Amino acid sequence: MSALLSEDVLSHIGKQSEPRREIVTRRDIRKYAIATDNRQAKYLDGDVAPPLFHLHLFWDVVPLSELSPDGVSIDSLLPKFPLEKAMAGGLDITYHKPIKPGDWLTATRTLTNIYEKAGRSGPLIFYEVLMEVRGDDDELVVTEKTTRILR
Amino acid sequence: MSPAPTVGMAIPERQHYCDEVQQMLYNASLWNGHRIHFDMPYATEVEGYPGLVVAGPLMGDWLHQVVDEWLGDAGMITGIEYSNRIAAYVGETVTAGGTVTAYDEATGEVALEVFVKNERDEVLTPGVITATLTSAS
Repeated sequence: MSALLSEDVLSHIGKQSEPRREIVTRRDIRKYAIATDNRQAKYLDGDVAPPLFHLHLFWDVVPLSELSPDGVSIDSLLPKFPLEKAMAGGLDITYHKPIKPGDWLTATRTLTNIYEKAGRSGPLIFYEVLMEVRGDDDELVVTEKTTRILR
Repeated sequence: MSPAPTVGMAIPERQHYCDEVQQMLYNASLWNGHRIHFDMPYATEVEGYPGLVVAGPLMGDWLHQVVDEWLGDAGMITGIEYSNRIAAYVGETVTAGGTVTAYDEATGEVALEVFVKNERDEVLTPGVITATLTSAS
C-alpha cells in the first residue's frame, strides 16, 4: 500500500506518448558534436552521429508559452506527483545501430513504473520512462531507460 | 586504440573546461531552456546553486567520449548505465576517465567503469560502459 502515491497517480503507469518521427541531418550532428566538445572527425563532419545524439533529436520541442517559469518543458507523460523536487536520475541506454544523416527515426516513450521508497530524510518517489527509437524498417536503434527521483 | 584491453587498465583521461558559450550552445542544441544553465540570478538566488549548473547529460556525453576516443575505429559503444550524482558548475574543470573491468577476447566485449570527477576529486557522474571491439588486429 502506497502512503504517497494515490491510485490516480499509479494509474498512469503504462501510459505511452505519441510516437515522434524526426530526420537526422548532418548539420544537427555537427552542431551536437561541437557543442559537446567532441574532437573526432567522423562526428564533427557529421558522417555519423555520436552516442547520445538521440537526446538532441528527441528533446521535446515546445513553444515558449508552454515552458514553465523556470524554462522547463512539462512532460505530458507524467501525472502531478505529490513530491516535486527532482534529484539525480539515472540512465540505462543500449545502442543497437549507428545513426547516420538521412535516417528517419521514431521515438516512443512509455511511463513504465512509479514507486516510492523511504529515504534518509523522508520519502522518495521514483519513476521510470522507457524510450524506444526505431528506424523506418521498425528495427531498434536505441533503447533508453530513465529513472528519476523526486523528494 | 593502442594496447589490447586488460582488466584493471586505466584509459587516457580527458579534461573539460565548463565554459558559458559551450553550455549555451549545448542546451540550445537540445532545446533545453532550463534557467539554472544560463540565468545566474535565477540559479543562485531562486534555486540556491553556487553558480550556473552544467547540464547533466553533457557530463553523460563526456563519459561516452572518453571511451569512444580510446576505442577509435577499433570498436563501438553498445551500452551505458550512469547517473548524475553531484552537479558541476560553469568555470570548473572536470576530468573524465575510466578503468577496464572485464574483457572477453573471444567476443570482443569490454566493460569499463567510468567517471566524471571535479577538481576536488569528487565523482560527479559514475557509470558503466560496455563496448564491442570489432577490428581483429
